Amino acid sequence: MKLVDSGCCCGEGCEKPDFSQLATVLEAYGNIPGSLITILQKAQDIYGYLSIDAINYISEKTGLMPAHIYGVATFYTQFRLSPIGKNLIMLCKGTACHVNGADMIEEAITEELSIGDGETTEDGIFTLNNVACLGCCSLAPVMMIKNHDGDETYGNLTKDMVKSILREVKTREQEVEQ
Amino acid sequence: MKILVGQGSCGVATGAKKTANEFVKQITSLGLSNVIVDKTGCIGSCFLEPIVDVYNDEGNLEIRYIKVQPDKVSDIVNKHIVGGEPVWEYGILDVDQNFLSKQKKVVLRNCGVINPERIEEYIAVGGYKSTEKALTSMTPEEVIEEIKISGLRGRGGAGFPTWFKWNAALQNEADQKYMVCNADEGDPGAFMDRSVLEGDPHSLLEGMIIGAYAMGASEGVIYVRAEYPLAIARLETAMEQAREKGYLGKNIMGSGFSFDLRIKAGAGAFVCGEETALIASLEGERGMPRLKPPFPAQKGFWQRPTNINNVETFANVPFIISNGGETFGAMGTEKSKGTKVFALAGKIKKGGLVEVPMGLPLKDVIFEIGGGIKNDKKFKAVQMGGPSGGCIPADLIDTPVDYESITKTGAIVGSGGMIVMDENTCMVDMARYFLDFTKKESCGKCNYCRIGTKRMLEILERITRGEGKDGDIELLEELAQKVKDGSMCGLGQTAPNPILTTIRYFRNEYEDHIYNHKCTAHSCKELLTFTIKDNCTGCTLCARKCPVKAITGKVKEKHLIDQELCIKCGKCEEVCRFDAVLRD
Repeated sequence: MKLVDSGCCCGEGCEKPDFSQLATVLEAYGNIPGSLITILQKAQDIYGYLSIDAINYISEKTGLMPAHIYGVATFYTQFRLSPIGKNLIMLCKGTACHVNGADMIEEAITEELSIGDGETTEDGIFTLNNVACLGCCSLAPVMMIKNHDGDETYGNLTKDMVKSILREVKTREQEVEQ
Repeated sequence: MKILVGQGSCGVATGAKKTANEFVKQITSLGLSNVIVDKTGCIGSCFLEPIVDVYNDEGNLEIRYIKVQPDKVSDIVNKHIVGGEPVWEYGILDVDQNFLSKQKKVVLRNCGVINPERIEEYIAVGGYKSTEKALTSMTPEEVIEEIKISGLRGRGGAGFPTWFKWNAALQNEADQKYMVCNADEGDPGAFMDRSVLEGDPHSLLEGMIIGAYAMGASEGVIYVRAEYPLAIARLETAMEQAREKGYLGKNIMGSGFSFDLRIKAGAGAFVCGEETALIASLEGERGMPRLKPPFPAQKGFWQRPTNINNVETFANVPFIISNGGETFGAMGTEKSKGTKVFALAGKIKKGGLVEVPMGLPLKDVIFEIGGGIKNDKKFKAVQMGGPSGGCIPADLIDTPVDYESITKTGAIVGSGGMIVMDENTCMVDMARYFLDFTKKESCGKCNYCRIGTKRMLEILERITRGEGKDGDIELLEELAQKVKDGSMCGLGQTAPNPILTTIRYFRNEYEDHIYNHKCTAHSCKELLTFTIKDNCTGCTLCARKCPVKAITGKVKEKHLIDQELCIKCGKCEEVCRFDAVLRD
């Protein structure tokens, strides 16, 4: 597996990924027992997801078996094993959102972007993740969009609103690129 | 003068930050140096956000503005802040005040009042007085006795007496003990803990310090959901400030007692609400429950005596210590003391966070505080306790909200999620929704839970698709009982509750789905029929929008839907401007 987003160690395009940032994390937490989840969270913050290489690297430095780390990473919903788009749409599927039409909102997202839960758009702008509950139940249905600038929560959604929000984000991204 | 902008997650989601920025901008440009713009936590009335409170120089609330989007700001600044006359038409209505007047705030006493990011404000309203009292003038046994007198029971779901757990942890001698707060609010549809964490983090810290003193713990951990970034940030600030002031750390207030705290961000697993699973997760492992005994009070985190309580439980503690257990115990019913915070949501007019004395009838919570059902539809049921709870039907609406009465209905008080449902909510679909959740969240350790939830979900999915078979209901009941009996932890033992309560109270809906292929709530897609009524004007819009070209008809003539082709997407109903599409 080739790593794109973490670059390589020499900057010349060699096959060995650059884990210098992760090394700092491991220096801080590697020797504290029970820190595996924290290490994985920080690794994901840096690289956006947990690659096989990253898992192997953590294994090397902590002495934990890769299978053990993989077991923990796949147990929790927060961890991802593949890269995501620039904007992570977290669509709330909590009870309040469910009774207020979260499925319709998902439909709207799929209609607009042609992606389903866990998928990323071809242009790499959006990834859709259904989440258990964002805790803004009185504003149901709700979604949160996370990107480099932070996160924004949108409440009392309708199908049309969702589509116009997504279009706005997309236009913004395209402007940045130009 | 002080302008306080509510900035809990709900407030922020409706644009409170933009509103606050607009206030700052305008106040600064006018050079009004005597006006402070500040933030506060959740006021609880989520349906009115963004909420802005204006206090005069004496500290009295002049007016509460509701739904303050940035465009209202200049009016408020010019007419009220500069002109001195409040803009009454933007203020809260009397009917909405009811939302607050029926409530009794103990846990949420400071939420929406103080700035959660400043310890001075918490201290000014009597904060850390209880810590001082407990640590300097009470023995650990006396603290536990006071909690026993109060009758406080765990607010996380099970309702276990708090003093008993603390006492068990106190009795177990060890070189190291741990105090843990479960802030991993995993119930979909519940946000009580989030509001306390965001709106009054110091009350949680205080509860933990006092509890740690009572059981003899020197280290504490707050296990909080990673999905609550604002809560984590405010907790970190609060801990930092408490350390500076000497409420956390070595030799707190000269009492000789030392205690410090850290945050551990959960990574998303509902099962971690179970004590032993939470401990496994704290240790960096997969969050799978362990067999009890040994109980956490004997061997918990790193095999040391550990006590785990929920956020709301801790937030009650400072009140009990400063006002006495009897004052707390005077609220509520004989066996359920104090107040309970509920997250009122779903098909309700005034959703939000409500805190009421235990024992108040459900009817009062839903209709008097919550204002009744959205769009004045018919009330059908209320779901309490999330995936571990059950649905309480309309004819049991007089049930008092206390642990015993709610358990009798088949639901549980749980952590406090209260989802209101109307005539358009399908109860079979609700059961399916919860089973879909528990199936995903089952950790897989016990066969009955792992396979049982999957099989029950398959049956429910079949029924909602209109492929239910004779005997399905009985099969569900049998499986439900087996999963209850065969699972080790609370997740599996309670997962069948949503099925059992909906069968108990809404068996006819199951039968309608199975035998008549009808969903009376008009919610299950596969069982719907869309037809066009006589008032169709023949505008052709639906025919043009239909994704499968199932609608035919001439201009200005009534259209027709080909039922063979129709995929029941509802697009025609959505686009029709004449309400001419019938969903049945």
